[in-house]
Amino acid sequence: MRRVREISAGTVTETLRDLFIAANLEMGRDMQDALAKAAEEEESPLGRYVLQKILENMDVARKESLPLCQDTGLAVVFAEMGQEVHIVGGDFQAAVQEGVRQAYREGYLRKSLCDPLSRRNTGDNTPAVIFTEVVPGDRLKLIAMPKGGGSENMSCSAMLVPAEGKAGIVDHVVACVRKAGSNPCPPVLVGVGIGGSLEMSGVLAKKALLRPLGTANAHDERLAAMEREILEGVNRLGIGPQGYGGRVTALAVHMEMMPCHIASLPVTVNIQCHVARHREAVL
Amino acid sequence: MTSEPIRLETPLNDELCERLSVGDRVLLSGVLYTGRDAAHHRLCDAAVRGEPLPFPVQGAVIFYAGPAPAKPGAVTGSIGPTTSYRMDPFAPRLMALGLKGMIGKGRRSPEVVSAMKQYKAVYFGAIGGIAALTARCIRESAVVAYEDLGPEAIFRLVVFELPLVVINDTKGRDLYDEALKTYSRT
Repeated sequence: MRRVREISAGTVTETLRDLFIAANLEMGRDMQDALAKAAEEEESPLGRYVLQKILENMDVARKESLPLCQDTGLAVVFAEMGQEVHIVGGDFQAAVQEGVRQAYREGYLRKSLCDPLSRRNTGDNTPAVIFTEVVPGDRLKLIAMPKGGGSENMSCSAMLVPAEGKAGIVDHVVACVRKAGSNPCPPVLVGVGIGGSLEMSGVLAKKALLRPLGTANAHDERLAAMEREILEGVNRLGIGPQGYGGRVTALAVHMEMMPCHIASLPVTVNIQCHVARHREAVL
Repeated sequence: MTSEPIRLETPLNDELCERLSVGDRVLLSGVLYTGRDAAHHRLCDAAVRGEPLPFPVQGAVIFYAGPAPAKPGAVTGSIGPTTSYRMDPFAPRLMALGLKGMIGKGRRSPEVVSAMKQYKAVYFGAIGGIAALTARCIRESAVVAYEDLGPEAIFRLVVFELPLVVINDTKGRDLYDEALKTYSRT
């Protein structure tokens, strides 16, 4: 018989507090390398100037322990819970929210959540958006993703007609990035979710943003080819860093897919600004 | 892109604004006021009611920004621009009252661009996502209105050589349009 493994709610809270603070101060090596490479390759003088400032900012943020961006995000949490895990000493959801609350208070991160109608700030950056999946095993993987509002606003979902097919998907994604223009702080990452249902295409798009930067979809060569095609199309637009013109409008396009209804072709584009932050831990 | 940035001090006036052109790099010093979504609602509600605004708007420059909290002993937390189009419904009214400059990121509406021509005002781009670096330009920061809005309160900032780029000038030109003309290959 498989043994239940206990993880305390307090550990969940502490882990998420540390992950959200760390994510806001320093990006992954993959992003740092991609931005450095972009600064070398960009042909527009203003574009290069922007990319150099972005690199300088990463140094300052690290040295002074300051958030890379004042928009320290909506707190998105992906939790992959092994089915042998038993959370003890508290409620899992509450433990997650407490971790976010502590991170944003103790880390001097901006509280950016409000009531949608009164626009009154909730005061502690909660509630986080939590996606929990139950998976085999006795581990708990927690991913903290602070998601900025400016790039989230430029994201879009569409229920395409199946006849539009691959060409329709490519056109939809490129059009979304074109329409977003300078607003989402390019150079961006483009996460695309295809299939499932309306909301699942959005979850897939967001998960696609978590993949190591620039790695192609490993499960489906058709997606890997579309990722390359869309990236080329997007970088022909000329929007460039901050929309000041140039070649580097997107650093990568990541796509994820699952089957959908015979009547449907849901496609969601989730845009991520150049401050692409996420950190994970396995308990 | 001009090789040497132009040094400017607030408050701005017609003459200073008319000297600026699309794509100019500017180092701006002096007093700025932050204001974003909720603050703009309140400012314009006050203007409609004929009430005085909580800061002198004549010649003023608004920074569309909501800073992260300052650590103890620090002047400010990380600070940078938010996307400007959300303030478009309010901007012409503020320009009519004397607002001369706006700092943000992203495209403005045709109404805002034409109001900039009419009132001789300028829209500057600050780089988004370099907020730790930008914080170094802030010399003073204090809330002057709407403290209950938290990060959306109006802060009076004293800045030194804040690096900006002119996006829309007083002639109705637009850096984003001109950049696309130069770099688009579609």
